[in-house]
Amino acid sequence: MIRTEALTKRHGEIVAVDDVTIELGDGLTAIIGPNGAGKSTLLCAIGRLIRADAGRVVVGGLDVATTRSRELAKRLAVLRQENHLPIRLSVQELVAFGRFPHGGTGRSPRDRTHIEGALDLLGLDEVRDRFLDELSGGQRQRAFVAMALAQDTDYLLLDEPLNNLDPRHAVELMRLLTGLAAERGLRIVVVLHDLNVAARYADDVVAMREGRVVAQGAVEQVITVEQLTDLYDTPAHVVEVEGRRVVLWQ
Amino acid sequence: MAEPTVTERGTRPAGGTTSHAPARRRVRFGGGARIGLLGALAAGAVALYLFHDLPERWQYPMDLRTRTVAAMLLVAVAVGVSTVLFQTITANRILTPGIMGFDAVFMAIQVFTVFALGPMVLLAAPPLVSWLVELVLMSGFVVALYWGLFLGRRLDLHVIVLAGLVLGTVFRSVTAFLQRLLDPDTFAIVQNLAFASFTSVDRTLLLPTALLVLAALASLWPIRRSLDVLSLGEAPAIGLGVEHRRVVMHVIVVVALMVGASTALVGPVMFFGLLVANVAYSVVGHRHSRALPAACLIGLIALVGGQWFLDRVLGFATELPVVIEFLGGVVFIVLVLTGRAR
Repeated sequence: MIRTEALTKRHGEIVAVDDVTIELGDGLTAIIGPNGAGKSTLLCAIGRLIRADAGRVVVGGLDVATTRSRELAKRLAVLRQENHLPIRLSVQELVAFGRFPHGGTGRSPRDRTHIEGALDLLGLDEVRDRFLDELSGGQRQRAFVAMALAQDTDYLLLDEPLNNLDPRHAVELMRLLTGLAAERGLRIVVVLHDLNVAARYADDVVAMREGRVVAQGAVEQVITVEQLTDLYDTPAHVVEVEGRRVVLWQ
Repeated sequence: MAEPTVTERGTRPAGGTTSHAPARRRVRFGGGARIGLLGALAAGAVALYLFHDLPERWQYPMDLRTRTVAAMLLVAVAVGVSTVLFQTITANRILTPGIMGFDAVFMAIQVFTVFALGPMVLLAAPPLVSWLVELVLMSGFVVALYWGLFLGRRLDLHVIVLAGLVLGTVFRSVTAFLQRLLDPDTFAIVQNLAFASFTSVDRTLLLPTALLVLAALASLWPIRRSLDVLSLGEAPAIGLGVEHRRVVMHVIVVVALMVGASTALVGPVMFFGLLVANVAYSVVGHRHSRALPAACLIGLIALVGGQWFLDRVLGFATELPVVIEFLGGVVFIVLVLTGRAR
């Protein structure tokens, strides 16, 4: 379980995350909200990529601020939105870095199993020896997700993982994530822009606006005309197509 | 540089399940072998420099040459390691401690000391004592200055480059200004400090410099695995469990000490680190277990081989640092123009 208590993060005058206290449970949680709502900041603060100014974050019983980073990395993997590498690496080399928290060099049988598994799950087997800068944006994105999976954690935080992915790969990735959540009990938190994806795959939806959590609950409770119209300041339509909620804008 | 590019073709990455379609050009292959080759080249260059053209009364030249080689070895290690590490923590390939003005700080403090306390300081104090005092002062100053720059705030590369260039210029200008205020005799003494020289090093400084460099290297051992992760950038490194601030601080201290040791020994070399680090990357890739030794060996080859060439082939036509800085400057421009420096 991920819990934040009065979490606050300021960027100068702007309060990016404003006194947020939430609990994120099992399965796949989607964080939605307009630009600048503080979704990424919240995710990064939970993943200790940025230090909160106030409040605390507890992930699986571990206080993020005081637990050794290495220990945390065995429990929690976090992936940011932009993943630009200063050095040249092949897909396989990148994924092997996921074994670092476990003290692995990427060569032990156990490491290999995890690396192979991650490459396989993300369909990267064929490009494993290619350099990342030779790949398409989508393949690169999947390579980073594979690294996070090779980390073999209980918690996975992803910031807009569908960026750069075409519909096929976006659907495949979301299916993979929900599959991992269901089969391995992986707890996943994703920042999503596409509400239809959130409505289709999320177990729990957190809506943020101006640094605050304005709604949290199942898809039926959050993906509603009133909530969305209010959240995005734009008249929304929510229709049901084949039993799923689909959001249209006016 | 003898780079065995031909042998790569058709070879498979070492130690992997490699049932995959055409083996691509891989830097991973033969990294160890390449370092071995560099080691052999370096040994050859050292042997050539020491024994080639040795006169009949060999004792004195031999002594002089041994001292030069020892100094070059220390500088090659200090500059090679400090540059690669610095590029790792700043996640780029064109910045070096030299370009960022680390050694300019050192020169400024040296000249300021002479200016404030008089030239007798250099002559009266035992070299070891003044060396130690200088090193502690300068490293402390550099660490404080650049610590404030890199950590605690998120700066992009351009800001860091600009800040470094400006600071470097400031310190060089301060140095030049103070030099102008000196009397001619003192000026001559100071001027001597301002240019790198490998052939006139103080013998008594060799052992303490070697100890310092070794100690700095040894301190890197516990964090050796973190260094590779660090080169992924700050966020991925934190995500993978590297204590980023602590490790970066450690690296900055090591870099400052090594640059200080090298500058105190032979004087400032600006582009040399850039040259060896980038050649090392292209020969063995970015893994620190390979890039660090490769950078040191390439530095040694360049220094000893270059000095041999200038001494025995061109007949002391020019100073080695001039040539090295010229080549390094060319590499710098090429890197900037080809956009490989990100």
